[in-house]
Amino acid sequence: MIKKDLRILNKLGIHARPAGLIAKTCSRFVCEIKMIKDGYEINPKSIMGILTLAAGNGSVITVITDGKDEEEAMDSVEQLFNNKFEE
Amino acid sequence: MIIKKGIAANIGIAIGKTYLLKEDNILIEKLRLPKDKVKAEVKRFKEAIAKTKDELNAIREQVLDSLGKQHARLIDAHHMILQDPLITRDVTDMISNQCVNAEYALSEKIISAVKKFDRIEDDFFAERKNEILDVGKRITANLVNQEKTSIKDLKEHAIIVAHNIYPSDTLHMRRSNKVMAFCMDVGSKSSHTAIFAQNMGMPAVVGLGDISRMVKNGMTLIIDGEEGNVVLDPTPEMVEKYKKKREELHKQEHYLLKIKKLPNVTRDSKKVNIMVNLDPDDNFADFKTYNTDGIGLFRTEFLYLNRNNIPNEDEQVEVYKKLLENNKELPVIIRTADIGGDKASNMGIKEIKNEENPFMGFRGIRLFLKYPDLLKTQLKAILRVSPGTNVQIMIPMVTSLSELLSVKQILAEIKTELDRKGLEYKKDIPLGIMVEVPAAALILDHLLNEIDFVSIGTNDLVQYVLAVDRVNQYVSELYDPYHPAILRLINLIVQTAHKKGKKVSVCGEMAGDHLAGAVLLGLGVDALSVPLKSYLKTKQNVRNLSFERISGLAPRLLGVSNSEEIKEIILKELQ
Repeated sequence: MIKKDLRILNKLGIHARPAGLIAKTCSRFVCEIKMIKDGYEINPKSIMGILTLAAGNGSVITVITDGKDEEEAMDSVEQLFNNKFEE
Repeated sequence: MIIKKGIAANIGIAIGKTYLLKEDNILIEKLRLPKDKVKAEVKRFKEAIAKTKDELNAIREQVLDSLGKQHARLIDAHHMILQDPLITRDVTDMISNQCVNAEYALSEKIISAVKKFDRIEDDFFAERKNEILDVGKRITANLVNQEKTSIKDLKEHAIIVAHNIYPSDTLHMRRSNKVMAFCMDVGSKSSHTAIFAQNMGMPAVVGLGDISRMVKNGMTLIIDGEEGNVVLDPTPEMVEKYKKKREELHKQEHYLLKIKKLPNVTRDSKKVNIMVNLDPDDNFADFKTYNTDGIGLFRTEFLYLNRNNIPNEDEQVEVYKKLLENNKELPVIIRTADIGGDKASNMGIKEIKNEENPFMGFRGIRLFLKYPDLLKTQLKAILRVSPGTNVQIMIPMVTSLSELLSVKQILAEIKTELDRKGLEYKKDIPLGIMVEVPAAALILDHLLNEIDFVSIGTNDLVQYVLAVDRVNQYVSELYDPYHPAILRLINLIVQTAHKKGKKVSVCGEMAGDHLAGAVLLGLGVDALSVPLKSYLKTKQNVRNLSFERISGLAPRLLGVSNSEEIKEIILKELQ
């Protein structure tokens, strides 16, 4: 299991487009992935879950990957966050 | 005629005919299915999903062509919603397990997904539920084979009225050149539709409650996006009144936006640097879109307000980092804090008694040199964020050469300390001073040997030169930036600086004033630094000037004995 705190760097936070990117990325992996913000937990393979995170600029999200390809999954998610979701 | 008040979502006035965007009020019934029909129902649902997918693909293509990749991503997000396990898995499970019709299962799942948004307090994020509702509506429409009324079908220019406008509708609105404005029942200032209207520069009023039930197709409407009013069935007088208002608005707004991308040059192609004064609570991203020549003054006083301890280095680093992260090449001038002794007392530095006359008192660099830790912390923070940027440092309230030398001494000590710690910083950060105390103007030739640039703070300079406190009601009338003494002093500053090859900017109110700005440029000032909100206006003024003519006027202006005459001469030139 890998656990990391990632910060939202893009201006608008996780709105529809970034949420779509996250869901798309996470769906590629077989491991279990969780995102937690202020104790609220969602499954990031579901865009509808991600949208309810209400994660604005500067907020910190705890990401947990657990399973066979957990390392690759974490790397990809981290890259997405660091690239400001390509915005 | 009825006037309805809502929330102004974007400035502008539109007068036109109503196009009512109907909600697909599909009544969804719960039907119990016989067991043997369940399989067919799941298949029907999957077909509706496939059809919706095709629709989204088609829209994506169009959007990609006309609006580019960023907007196409919104459709990608809708694709993801369509493929979301909450829809593909849970809806089909519900159909099979509970033997209900697809429409009902879908609407139940959408409703429960959207309910999760209720806990969100932030309007912007709470509004994201519309993405899900949008996709839900599309699937439902395909299930019942009902065509959605669409903005695509718009034949003539019209004002869109709707209960709610969904993200995919706004895409159609972008593509159509027939939408003049819109208004709707729901929504707030931060809803996606409001942001859309601002991006499009389209007049809009939201949060009107029941407007979609009050209008009919073809009814004449006036949308006043400034006041947040919608006029239904206006009288001819009302239409006239709003036409006038619209004309006035257009003259300013439209022109200003048009020149946003144009270079900062005068009519005769002389480059003038126009920079902005930024406060920490200004929108840095917004600033980026203005194509300015940099930040001429970043005020740091806020760091010291309303607190009982000194802001530490890391805290300051955070603030400056944020300021600089999107501004790598442009010059960003950070002014060390110009706070007074009262603030220092609040922060527990030392009990400093109320000063009789704080304007002439313990403030700016005077305070910071007395308590050098304040200065050191701030300079260290700036140095730490300096690599790879064009950050510059400016010192306020400099009165003597010895003050300046003390600052440089401290700066050198900090650099040694950073070297020792192996911390990186930019070696050649330009250092400048505010010229606001008349003494600094008069000994500028000496000061210039130690600095790279000067910025004239005209607000304070005028007060000090004329001995007028402009918040003192008895003398405020005497505050006069056109006083011949001011012009002569500014001329002296510019001439002295240019002789030493150093640049002069002005960051006081004079810079943003139509007449005074022209006077300053005529006197040879190199850069004007103005608040963001006056930036485009200043740019417009500069672009209308002939540099040759205003600089030709300078000798005459300097010879005039009173401010009325000065204003007259410059006004005549500008007409």
